[in-house]
Amino acid sequence: MIAVYGLYPDPDSAERALDSLRRARAELGFALRDIAIISSEPFEENRWGRGDHQTIMPWLAALGGALGGFTGFEFASFTQNAYPLATGGMPLAPLWTNGIITYELTMLGAILTTLVTLAVSARLPNPRAKLYDPEVSDGNILVGVIDPPDRSRPALTKLLLDAGTARVKEFPPRF
Amino acid sequence: METKQTTQINDDLLRPLFRTTWRFYCGAIICGAVVAAAMAAFGYQVWNGIGVWGIDRPVFWAFDITNFVFWIGISHAGTLISAILRLANATWRRPVTRCAEVITVFALSIGGIFPVVHLGRPWLAFWLFPYRSEREIWPQFRSPLMWDFFAIGTYLTGSITFLLLPIIPDWALVRDKAAGWRKGIYSMLAMGWRGTPRQWHRIESAMHIMAVAIIPVAVSVHTIVSWDFAMAPVPMWHSTIFGPYFVAGAIFSGIAGLILAMAILRKLLHLEEYLLPVHFDNLGKLLLMMSLLWFYFVFAERLTTWYGNESSEMAVFWQTQRGSFAPLFWAMVVCNSVIPFPLLAIKKLRTISGTVIASATIVVGMWLERFLIIVPSLSHKYLPYAWGTYRPTWVEITLTAGTFAAMALFYLLFAKFVPIISIWELKAGMRGAPAVPSALPARARSLPMTGGPMTADAGLGATND
Repeated sequence: MIAVYGLYPDPDSAERALDSLRRARAELGFALRDIAIISSEPFEENRWGRGDHQTIMPWLAALGGALGGFTGFEFASFTQNAYPLATGGMPLAPLWTNGIITYELTMLGAILTTLVTLAVSARLPNPRAKLYDPEVSDGNILVGVIDPPDRSRPALTKLLLDAGTARVKEFPPRF
Repeated sequence: METKQTTQINDDLLRPLFRTTWRFYCGAIICGAVVAAAMAAFGYQVWNGIGVWGIDRPVFWAFDITNFVFWIGISHAGTLISAILRLANATWRRPVTRCAEVITVFALSIGGIFPVVHLGRPWLAFWLFPYRSEREIWPQFRSPLMWDFFAIGTYLTGSITFLLLPIIPDWALVRDKAAGWRKGIYSMLAMGWRGTPRQWHRIESAMHIMAVAIIPVAVSVHTIVSWDFAMAPVPMWHSTIFGPYFVAGAIFSGIAGLILAMAILRKLLHLEEYLLPVHFDNLGKLLLMMSLLWFYFVFAERLTTWYGNESSEMAVFWQTQRGSFAPLFWAMVVCNSVIPFPLLAIKKLRTISGTVIASATIVVGMWLERFLIIVPSLSHKYLPYAWGTYRPTWVEITLTAGTFAAMALFYLLFAKFVPIISIWELKAGMRGAPAVPSALPARARSLPMTGGPMTADAGLGATND
């Protein structure tokens, strides 16, 4: 993978670069999904920061919770029925006390499912080298294009420079 | 301009990670020495058996279970408060949340050890775990102690997750700033985090779900801890008020613990420009509310006991009001209400020093409260000929001191390896707030104003996002 990108000091210039890239993508020969944005903090108040908002994470968490609760209830009541203890006339598998185990495992199921969903949907951990620049940590916003056609690189470079970056870079860096 | 200010924040909050001061070494050595002494006491206890403790018939629960309940209570400072403030979108939470979440994880870990220590033969603790054994000894799911296992396990898992998720972007930041072996370690911890809009959205969604899930879990944990007592037919334990009473007490002691931790961090790590008086003021108000609620619960519990005039309960009641436990009881009231109330209610006194003094007395008072719930009831049960008393030995006192030192040591080490203030959340909070409080220091007022409404709340003192 190679990429051409610029680092922008503020969201407004990043927005300008993105708008220019969106407008010129057909002419320069790359798709919308090839445009990359990376920042050191969320910018949900900006249009570009709100992209990719569709997620079924809450539903999966609910499903995980239901599964956890079912497991907890079955776990407790199966044990109580399989290895009966003297209960002095009280129910062998009481709903009151098993409800507590069910409740805790419901929440555990939801928590663990959320964790797994996050890891999968945010693609973490990701040991492979991907487009990144450590200068992002200083507050810069990276805007670039992944695998742009060779023929359009000069135009792309100009477009990124016009939007307000001081220097256009390549990934992996060329030494 | 913005980059420079962002760099300044990075430098301020990453400084403790890259530079080790003599204060850190002093703190670590002192705390480490007390923890080592506690471990030696524990070794002595394991070698000789729990006969080296002061417990004897009829008091079989004392310092160990007091420590268990106390530390589980302290754990309510973090994740619960952080989750509530997140859901309420309180902007002032941003510099506070991580300090709080760390307390939960360490306090739960310390508290969770005590039931195992109390076993006497801790190497057999695995008998409590729900797995099939050759002896066909299965866990008793009807026992509150078993509920503890599940509740604390769930809360600990949730709290660790709640703490670690927002640390990942900060680890990525440290990765970018570190060199040498540190870079390798933080690269691993950052797990390839880059900061794409998709990643930001997913982590914020996950944090929101976690916040929703963790609040009822936190409430259930201390309710279940209270049921360890309330399910037993012991005078002054068998009470329906115990669940909410314990939860209120836990949040009360938790906030006090959080204020103390923040004050120490502020001084040690020079975070004066981030942990502001407004944070102590807001937490002080919360603490005042919890102090009043705690007093209400104690009064309600005592009044109904006195009015009922049931002989076995009255025996315990009078022991704590004017008997051998009275000095501890009245010390508890002074520590939890008499001293904190003026310090927290009078605006002029609700300074950083005022809230810290109030918090210190509350921590002492709440430890006494846990002790007074457990020991007087056990020592004065139904049959007067079986009454007894309890005096702690050096082993129990050393173990208790060790828990406080362990908490301080863990906290110190955590602050050495992880930014103790969530840097990305702090920066995100700097944008889009209604106004800049004029009381903020210059750096906070001049923090980057990017995107959205061109104002900066700095995440450091405004009331809402």
